[in-house]
Amino acid sequence: MGMTSPSRRTMRAASNSVLLLVTAAFALPLIWLVLASFDTRASLSIKLPDSLSLQNFRDVMTPETAFVPLLNSVYLAGGCAIITVIVAVLAAYPLSRYRMRVNKPFLYGVLFGTCLPITAMMVPVYALFVAFNLIDSVAGTTLFLAATSLPIAIYMTKNFMDSVPVSLEEAAWMDGASMLTTLTRIVIPLMRPGIAVVFIFVFIGAWGNFFVPFVLLLSPDKLPAAVSIFSFFGQYGTVAYGQLAAFSLLYSLPVITLYVFVSRVLGGSSAMAGAVKG
Amino acid sequence: MSAPTTARQNDRLGREKPSPRPRRPHAATHRSFLRAVPLLPAVILLAVFLLGPVISSFYGSLTDSSLSGASAQDSRFVGLDNYSALFADADFPKSILLTLLFLVASAIVGQNVLGLGLALLMRSSNRVVRSLVGTLVVTAWVLPEIVAAFAAYAFFNDSGTLNNMLGAVGIDGPNWLYTLPMLSVILANVWRGTAFSMLVYAAALQDVPPEITESAEVDGAHGWQRLIFITIPMIRRSISTNLMLTTLQTLSVFTLIFVMTGGGPGTDSSTLPVLAYQEAFQFGQLGFGTAIATIMLLVGAVFSIAYIRVLKPEVD
Repeated sequence: MGMTSPSRRTMRAASNSVLLLVTAAFALPLIWLVLASFDTRASLSIKLPDSLSLQNFRDVMTPETAFVPLLNSVYLAGGCAIITVIVAVLAAYPLSRYRMRVNKPFLYGVLFGTCLPITAMMVPVYALFVAFNLIDSVAGTTLFLAATSLPIAIYMTKNFMDSVPVSLEEAAWMDGASMLTTLTRIVIPLMRPGIAVVFIFVFIGAWGNFFVPFVLLLSPDKLPAAVSIFSFFGQYGTVAYGQLAAFSLLYSLPVITLYVFVSRVLGGSSAMAGAVKG
Repeated sequence: MSAPTTARQNDRLGREKPSPRPRRPHAATHRSFLRAVPLLPAVILLAVFLLGPVISSFYGSLTDSSLSGASAQDSRFVGLDNYSALFADADFPKSILLTLLFLVASAIVGQNVLGLGLALLMRSSNRVVRSLVGTLVVTAWVLPEIVAAFAAYAFFNDSGTLNNMLGAVGIDGPNWLYTLPMLSVILANVWRGTAFSMLVYAAALQDVPPEITESAEVDGAHGWQRLIFITIPMIRRSISTNLMLTTLQTLSVFTLIFVMTGGGPGTDSSTLPVLAYQEAFQFGQLGFGTAIATIMLLVGAVFSIAYIRVLKPEVD
C-alpha cells in the first residue's frame, strides 16, 4: 500500500478541503464564545478584542453570579450521578449474574425508558411535583434527574458487568460470601473504569440539563448554573455579552474536561457510543 | 470462551432449575426473591419518577386542570375535551408540521447525512485534519445545551456573526431568527447534534472489512458505487439504529429552540415540546400542555417499540 495513485491523492486533497470548510463552519459559534469572553466590549458577532482582558471573568467570579450556581450544579449533578450509579450497579448485578424471569421484561422496560422523550414529560412532572409539594426541592429534582438517567445507566452498567468474568466470583461463592460481599469486594473493583464512565456520562447529562431545574426549581439560591445563565441573559442580555460568554465558558469547562478524560484516559468514548449502538 | 466454562457457568446460573420444568420448592422461591431484591431501588425510582408522570399525564389530559386558581384544587374529568380543543386550535396542527419539518430536516437529513459524510471523508483525509474536525464537531455536542443555544443565538442574531460575514461580501442578510426561525433552529440543531451520528458512523465504518471494498475496487467499482452498493448495505444496522436515536433525541429538543426564538415569532417555531411549555406555563393551560405531552409520549412510545421490535437490541 506504499504507492499512492494520483486519483487517491486528489481524493485526499478534496476530502481535506471539504472537511476544513465544514470545520470552519462548526467553529464559528465556538470562536465567538471564546473571543467574546476576553473582550470587555463584546458584541454578538465575532470580532477581535481591542485588548485581551480577564475583566469579564473577574466580574462574574463573585459568589452570587458564579460560585453559588456552580456549587448548586455540583450538588444536583453530583447527587444525581452518585444515586444513579449506586442504584444502577445494584440493579445490574442480578440482571447480569442470575437468570431470572424478571430479567427480560425488566430490561425491555429499561430500554423503553431510555427512549422516552423527557422534555415531553415536564408538564405532567410539574403537576405531579406540585401535588406532592416537591416544587423547589433540590432533593426531589435530584431524584427525578436520577430516575431519568437510570435506564441508560442500568443498560451501560449491565454491559460492563457482563464483561467481568464470573470465575472469580465462583470462588467467593464457594467460600460462602454473600451477594453484597461479592459485589463490593470482587465485581466493583474489577469494573472501576466502567463505573467511572457511567458516572461521568450521567454527571455530564445532569450538569448540562437546563429544562428540568428550570421547571422544578424556583428560589434563586437553589438554581444551578444552567438556569442562572439563562436569567443572566434575560437581565443583562443586551449589554454584557462578554460576561455571559465568560460565565458560559466557566460552566462548560468541567464537562469538557470530563469528556476528554473519559475518551483519552478511560478510552470510553466508544463505550458511550457502544451503550447506544444497540 | 471455551465450551466447558460456558457449561459450568450455565450450571451455576441455572442451579435452582435442575429439570426443564422445575417444581419450585419453597426455598428456591425464597432465594429467587432474595436475588431480585437489588432491583428494588431501581424499580421504586423508575415507578415514582417515570411511570408516575406518564400515568398522571394520561389522566391529567382528561381533566380541566389549569395552572393556578380554584380549578387546580379540584379538577373535573372532562373526557377528550382537551384533545378536541387541541385539534381545533390552529397552533397544534401547525406545531405538528413544524415538529415533522424539524425532525426530517435536522435529524434525518441533516445530522445523519452530514455525520455519515464526515465519517467517510475522515477516512481519506490526513490525521491533523481528522483530529481537528473531530475536536470541533464533538465540542459543539459536548457543550451544555444552554451554552450551545447561546452560541447559536449569537451566530444567527441580526447583528451576529453570520450577518457580519455576509455583510463583508456585500450581502444584506435577513434577521434570521425572526424571518427564518425554523431554518435557524434546524441549522443550529445540525451543528449541535451531528457529532453523535459522526461517532456512530465512524465506529460502524471501522467494522467494514477493507478487503471487501478493495475487491470491489479491483472489479472496477467507482467511489459512489462502492458507497451505495457495499458500504451503506454493510452498515445498514447502524444507520437504522442511528436514525431512530437521532429522531428521538431531536423530538425532545427544547432548550435550543426556547433560547434562540422562544418558539416565536408567535408560534412560528413552536415544535411540540415548546408548545407544551407555552400552553402550560405561559398561557396557564395545564390540561392543554398535558394533552400535548401525552401525545408526544405516545409518539415516543411508538418509536421505541418500533426500535425494540425491528432492531432487537440484545437484552440477554
